[in-house]
Amino acid sequence: MNTFDRSAAGEALPLLLEGFRVTLLATVLGTLLAAVLGLAIAVANRAPSRFVTVPVKAVMEFVRATPLLVQLVGAAALFTSVEPLTIGIVVLGVHYATYTSEVYRAGIDGVPKGQWEACRALSLTPRRTWQAVILPQAVRNVLPALGNYAISMFKETPFLAVITVHEMVFEARSYGADHFAYTEVFTLAGLVFLVASYPTSLLMRKLEKRLGH
Amino acid sequence: MSDFFSTLLDELPQVGSGLWVTVQATVLGSLLALLLSFALGLAAGSGLLLVRGFSRIVVEFFRGTSLYIQLFWLYYAMPQLTGYELTPLLCGVVAFGLNYGAYGSEIVRGAINSVPRAQYEAAVALNMTPLHRMRKVILPQAWVQMIPSFTNLLIQLLKCTPLLWLISAADFMTTIEHIRSLTGETLTAYLLLLAVYFVLAYALTLLMNLLERSAKRRLGLHTGARGLLKTRTAEAVATAGGAR
Repeated sequence: MNTFDRSAAGEALPLLLEGFRVTLLATVLGTLLAAVLGLAIAVANRAPSRFVTVPVKAVMEFVRATPLLVQLVGAAALFTSVEPLTIGIVVLGVHYATYTSEVYRAGIDGVPKGQWEACRALSLTPRRTWQAVILPQAVRNVLPALGNYAISMFKETPFLAVITVHEMVFEARSYGADHFAYTEVFTLAGLVFLVASYPTSLLMRKLEKRLGH
Repeated sequence: MSDFFSTLLDELPQVGSGLWVTVQATVLGSLLALLLSFALGLAAGSGLLLVRGFSRIVVEFFRGTSLYIQLFWLYYAMPQLTGYELTPLLCGVVAFGLNYGAYGSEIVRGAINSVPRAQYEAAVALNMTPLHRMRKVILPQAWVQMIPSFTNLLIQLLKCTPLLWLISAADFMTTIEHIRSLTGETLTAYLLLLAVYFVLAYALTLLMNLLERSAKRRLGLHTGARGLLKTRTAEAVATAGGAR
């Protein structure tokens, strides 16, 4: 039994912040991938042919209902030659894309039906319809919800430690194991998460209100 | 391939007990989460600032600090700090319960707020006590709205249980990992893991759909039988009250 050791905490903090940089990098790149891929899935789900929509939906349901950790560890074990950080970002991005696609779907559903009909009356191509009319209206409403997924992805990046990405929790665990100072490092890491995510979620709530949700 | 499944058969008792640990963690964790959701969610609607503030702080703390940190803190840091050690399974149950309870409280709060104001007024006009009003008028209506969101949360919780592997509880992932290391059949092992988790998630969804149907029936709303087979693991866009 020991108490909170301040000197150990002071020593570990720079290491944790170093890991925090990787955490942030993974979150930002993973969110970008999820945002782009999610849009692609949402558009594919509206394809007129069932040969497109049924497989896309099936894969989506499967990815969404299975644990991220298993997906990560599995991908890392199968692609041993790829860098762990890359695997982590791709798996996070794909996993969250299945969620963000649902967000986009709602956004696209929210575009009034008259807009589609007007496009048809003007005989716009499907590509022009999406690009110039539907997506600009859909994406604007979707941004706050995407932000919320970014925050929750941020809180799931500790998973990456398992496939040896040197993010914050990885640093915390290795420092804790070396110096037997788990209390200090995990308390600090938790505080860093709290300090980073709470203001962001407040900001998101404000943005949501401003866009009239 | 056959190597993997013959080893699986040899180790069947361990696999079974691993699956049991995963199911236990899911069920007990979600029961704790449900309890906390109602406690914190009802406290968030209290008239007393102190009660409301307390609930707010607890919720923001557990939502803000990441489940993984909470789990590791319970497993690694708490024994150091207090000298009191929890078994790995119990660590998981407590961490899952606290974290998802915090998210669930937002669901409870949102659902109670969405019951039309006139229902409160009618209950007051009928001279019902606050407890009676909550039990007979507000909660049955709010409960129907809570179930789909609770289903999502339950699936999220199930998807977190492989974390138990990291704190050396002998859960399902641990046993399959063990067989994988014995046979070297990486692809088969992980596909089997994913498939089993998918089946578990789908079974939970079906169960929750049944629950939703019976709750709707009690309110006199009828639903078709087709809705029972629906998966509902995606979350709604309106993430009431900020990030999940």
